Amino acid sequence: MTITLTESAADRIKSFLENRGKGVGLRLGVKTTGCSGMAYIIEFADEVDSDDNVFEDKGVKVLIDPKSLIYLDGTEVDFTKEGLNEGFKFNNPNVKDSCGCGESFTV
Amino acid sequence: MALLQISEPGQAAAPHQRKLAAGIDLGTTNSLVATVRSGKAETLPDVDGNHLLPSVVRYRKGEVPQVGTVARQSSIGDPRNTIVSVKRYLGRGLADICKQCTCKEYDFVDSEASVPRIRTLGGDVTPVEISAEILKVLKQRAENSLGGELTGVVVTVPAYFDDAQRQATKDSAQLAGLNVLRLLNEPTAAAVAYGLDRGSEGIHVVYDLGGGTFDISILHLNRGVFEVMATAGNTALGGDDIDHAIGEWMYEQAGMKQAVSDSQSRASLAEAWRAKEPLSDEEVVAISIPCPDGDCWEGELTRSQLYEIIDPLIIQTLSPCKRALRDAGVDVSEIEDVVMVGGSTRSPRVRELVGEFFQCDPMVDIDPDKVVAVGAAIQADILVGNKPDEEMLLLDVIPLSLGIETMGGLVEKIISRNTTIPSAKAQDFTTFKDGQTALAVHVLQGERELVSDCRSLARFELRGIPPMMAGAAQIRVTFQVDADGLLSVTAREQISGVESTVQVKPSFGLSDTEIATMLRDSMDHAQEDVAARTLREQQVEADRILESVEAAVETDGRLLEKNEQELIEAAVKMLHEVRGGDDPRRIKLAIEELNKASTDFAARRMDASIQMAMTGHKVDEFS
Repeated sequence: MTITLTESAADRIKSFLENRGKGVGLRLGVKTTGCSGMAYIIEFADEVDSDDNVFEDKGVKVLIDPKSLIYLDGTEVDFTKEGLNEGFKFNNPNVKDSCGCGESFTV
Repeated sequence: MALLQISEPGQAAAPHQRKLAAGIDLGTTNSLVATVRSGKAETLPDVDGNHLLPSVVRYRKGEVPQVGTVARQSSIGDPRNTIVSVKRYLGRGLADICKQCTCKEYDFVDSEASVPRIRTLGGDVTPVEISAEILKVLKQRAENSLGGELTGVVVTVPAYFDDAQRQATKDSAQLAGLNVLRLLNEPTAAAVAYGLDRGSEGIHVVYDLGGGTFDISILHLNRGVFEVMATAGNTALGGDDIDHAIGEWMYEQAGMKQAVSDSQSRASLAEAWRAKEPLSDEEVVAISIPCPDGDCWEGELTRSQLYEIIDPLIIQTLSPCKRALRDAGVDVSEIEDVVMVGGSTRSPRVRELVGEFFQCDPMVDIDPDKVVAVGAAIQADILVGNKPDEEMLLLDVIPLSLGIETMGGLVEKIISRNTTIPSAKAQDFTTFKDGQTALAVHVLQGERELVSDCRSLARFELRGIPPMMAGAAQIRVTFQVDADGLLSVTAREQISGVESTVQVKPSFGLSDTEIATMLRDSMDHAQEDVAARTLREQQVEADRILESVEAAVETDGRLLEKNEQELIEAAVKMLHEVRGGDDPRRIKLAIEELNKASTDFAARRMDASIQMAMTGHKVDEFS
């Protein structure tokens, strides 16, 4: 079971956390919603829940609840730019199909 | 796939429901757009990496208008069709504009209309339309950067903008297809960018030295709300004047009177601009400007010489500062901090002199060109709901309570003061008399208990209430204050559904001092107000019970026993007597007395009316 961050993603997350001034790390997850089944959650985490799986990559703590981990195992989180737009991207090997916009997916 | 941003805990939005918000600083010379991404507020650059968009629009025949740098470059060659500093014209009539500057700059269409129109190759355009062109470009930039449509924006305006200028700003944003969540005062936005709104109560100063204008604002933070205590400034003094002064000095040194040609003057400005920056660290810098004979004049500028040139200009900004402090009635020692806004405040000399004047170190951590847009973006992010509720800012509140008049000339407060807007509250009222078919609603503002001590905002009537027993009708009065402070009051009879409504602007025509006076009065008179209220309440209750007992005696007097009738008559007489007095306790006792005397009578009346209703029916019919 593993989750990884690219160098650029780790840098951005660290700087965002620093700017925010609090938080223990990054919470990733999925919720069942959206036009194609599942949607990603990416949030700041203020505390670690008891059943969280905690991964640490490039100095960033990543928290995932056990249910979401099934869908996210092996995912690499990247920070990229597309034209003027920039943000985080999930390279998730479990995804079979995603909706046109990519905001939700099925496994 | 879509690019995601980090949300606050528990605030991650469902796909396609991400709420994108932006803050826009619509400036006289330059405009900016900023947004909050992954918790960080930053201004957005265009494809070339420029954050500032020159507020210049050029109209051409049969083509879309040019906006920004391209338009600015053409301002010399095509001045009539290239509109600069349109913000000065927003929301103003032609007469106002002419007072301030020469109307010869542009070809104003001669019309009696209150809104001036400028004749260009692209047709006649209003300042609102011109501003909208600038906003459209910023909107496009934000949407390209965020990968979706904007849910809402916060647009900043100078603190001294009046209602017409604010409305015009809003209109141009709407014309650009933007949903304006709120207009925010520029100094307030700068203070929000530094997070001062989360700090303690206190007085903050915002020193804004832009390219062509200077503004000083004194803000008072009270329970998270910024109140503008005073503003002052100089609309004809800015950073450009500093560059001009250096340029002129160079010509003097070179033995020339002034720049001979446009290109020379531009070259000297560019040199002035280049020269001032290294002088922050170095004592002396080499300069060179082109001469009419084609040669270059070479010289040097020392830091002390630079100070000699620019100090008089910086000192000129301090007299509006003094004026603002005086207007606000604030002493320099009371000021917590000074926020620096505008590119010219990058100059260490400006910071030094301003710091000396206000006796504190100015705040300079956020890029002074971007700080207003950043504050607007933080505000917009909160307003679209990307932050947990507990972090919700109180930025606009109702300054005085709003309520309606009830029986006895009392005020029933529906929305109490300091409630954040937008807000809606409802309260149920009922009728006072049997068969009452109309209700007068008198909307009041103020903290006092009696109608006569509050300010009347509006009156309207709810008609068509079906005739019912007193107290049976349910009339719901709803007060709704929208984000712009506009109050609408609706009265609705719940059973029949009849409804009536009125709209008012509560803050209209009330100055801060008037509000303060009204508040002080309510504190000073708190005791007597409570006493007056208690008395009126008892009097109203007395009237109500007298009326119903007297009506009952008249219709059902036959049900009374003799001694009972005497008792009731005595109690009624007693109540009539004390009602006119000013002792609420005695009225209360008399009411209780009358109640006691008439209890049996009331029970018998009830029985009689039930009997009457049931006569000729079987009990089964009622089950």
